Amino acid sequence: MADVKKIATRESYGNALVELGKEHDNLIVFDADLAGATKTGTFKKAFPERHYNCGIAEGNMMAVAAGAASMGLVPFASSFAMFAAGRAFEQVRNSIGYPHLNVKIGATHGGISVGEDGASHQCCEDFALMRSIPGMVVMSPADDVEAKAMVKAAYEHEGPVYMRFGRAAVPVFHEEDYQFQIGKGEIVKDGSDVAIIANGLMVYEAIAAAEELAKSGINAMVINMATIKPLDEELVLEAAGKCGKIITCEEHSIIGGLGEAVAAVLSEKLPTPVKRIGVNDEFGHSGPAAALLKQFGLCAEHIVEVAQKFCGK
Amino acid sequence: MTPSEKKELRVTACKVRMGIIESTHAAKCGHPGGSLSAADMFTYLYFKELNIDPQNPKMDSRDRFVLSKGHTAPGLYSALAHRGFFPVEDLLTLRKIGSYLQGHPNMNTVPGVDMSTGSLGQGISTAAGMALAAKHQGNPCRVYTLLGDGEIQEGQVWEALMLSSHYKLDNLCVIIDNNGLQIDGAVEKVMSPYPIGDKLASFGFYVEHIDGHNFDQIEAALEHAKTIKGQPFAIIMKTTKGRGISYMENQAGWHGKAPNDAEYEQAMNELKAKLAEVEAE
Repeated sequence: MADVKKIATRESYGNALVELGKEHDNLIVFDADLAGATKTGTFKKAFPERHYNCGIAEGNMMAVAAGAASMGLVPFASSFAMFAAGRAFEQVRNSIGYPHLNVKIGATHGGISVGEDGASHQCCEDFALMRSIPGMVVMSPADDVEAKAMVKAAYEHEGPVYMRFGRAAVPVFHEEDYQFQIGKGEIVKDGSDVAIIANGLMVYEAIAAAEELAKSGINAMVINMATIKPLDEELVLEAAGKCGKIITCEEHSIIGGLGEAVAAVLSEKLPTPVKRIGVNDEFGHSGPAAALLKQFGLCAEHIVEVAQKFCGK
Repeated sequence: MTPSEKKELRVTACKVRMGIIESTHAAKCGHPGGSLSAADMFTYLYFKELNIDPQNPKMDSRDRFVLSKGHTAPGLYSALAHRGFFPVEDLLTLRKIGSYLQGHPNMNTVPGVDMSTGSLGQGISTAAGMALAAKHQGNPCRVYTLLGDGEIQEGQVWEALMLSSHYKLDNLCVIIDNNGLQIDGAVEKVMSPYPIGDKLASFGFYVEHIDGHNFDQIEAALEHAKTIKGQPFAIIMKTTKGRGISYMENQAGWHGKAPNDAEYEQAMNELKAKLAEVEAE
């Protein structure tokens, strides 16, 4: 897997908006002074008359987007995950979620791979916050191809959607003809000893881990669970039934994210041992993204370690 | 407005107030104080101002109204019911299990409600979003939003005002119900928002002060609003909390409390007397 092309999914988001914008006049974009960083600046350049900056006021932006959605427009509201899901949580909950308005939240800079900016900007709580809102779709793509397909699917979906994109460039491993569907997980690699269910940049790490595990005789299944809500329960149960052991991997707190969602399904429907890999109830800190990911165990090496121990090897 | 039109509005305002008393009494809770202070504005908006059609509540070109002070839903519901959006008798189901008349407005259950509100400070942002979208789409509709004077303590209100001015939303009319009281007491004692007019003007609004219980002044301000181009319009209306019910007037305690049976009788008698008086004029 050497020399793969790397693209940050926030870039994919900006590019996908431009492509969708060409087809759909009712798509508009709201920003909160981060158009350059969220890459919606790409859309602004292509369609200046359909881009509205709301200034540094994320709560207001979310409710403004709700009002615009009620008029029949399809607004994409963008900021960093920390402010889109965190600061504006109550506006998202009450003005978008409760009325079930057709607003798409494009949150970039999710997780600790934000890097040098440090803990104040490293949002590891957004899945937990957003999946607690009834009717909210919550997704996080693994690479450029999936991110672009996800943005298109979000536009076509009627109702509120939260998408988390990353700051750091990540390997592109999907083929261009990859078919994405909201609420459907993807078996990236089949296996029978342990199932690794991951999303975001952890999917590629899980693939690398599975290759390494094969050397020690562990046949790991790898699932890309890009949609955290609604969760593909069927696939989770299938993986648990087949492998009997589940490892979840996410660039998010182990509290409230993919790991807990998977564990909840299994504990009720098919009790199965689960190991959760994520940020262990602590804040991040400044540093280069790659170094931070290693330090926090969000890497293939750590997955291998956990899986080997889990499988008794 | 002709004298007979004004008389008709005053008659309707009495009925809207009766709906507020009947619904909160039936619910044994709710917010009569701020519903009554805004009752004349609700009446004028729904019976004279707004381009709406009760038979077609989702009409694309309709004017929008967002009740940013969502807790005064009894006032909005009463106006909507009397305007024909749903049966007046349904007001008695307010806040009850199974009723579409939720404690705070729900746009997906109540015909005529344009936005779900209740969490203070958010309605004005959604109204600004509607006004911005209407301009974007070339929709000639106007957008109205009603806020409480305590509500403007929310920082988000000022974010919305800033955006409305920045995008020159002259199709937006922000109305502030200055009844001077909030749950914990007088607004200037809890956290003074004054001078409200100067603040809004400095945020780029065209500001007009009126008596919110005077239909001539309400009409003049709303007509004036339509002539101002290039900036949003704000009406700060001085009102009396609990207006129309003697024992509720200017009492913060009636912000979120329903009348008991005896209080209900007295309130309805006062409103019936007022109605008879207006009709006899």
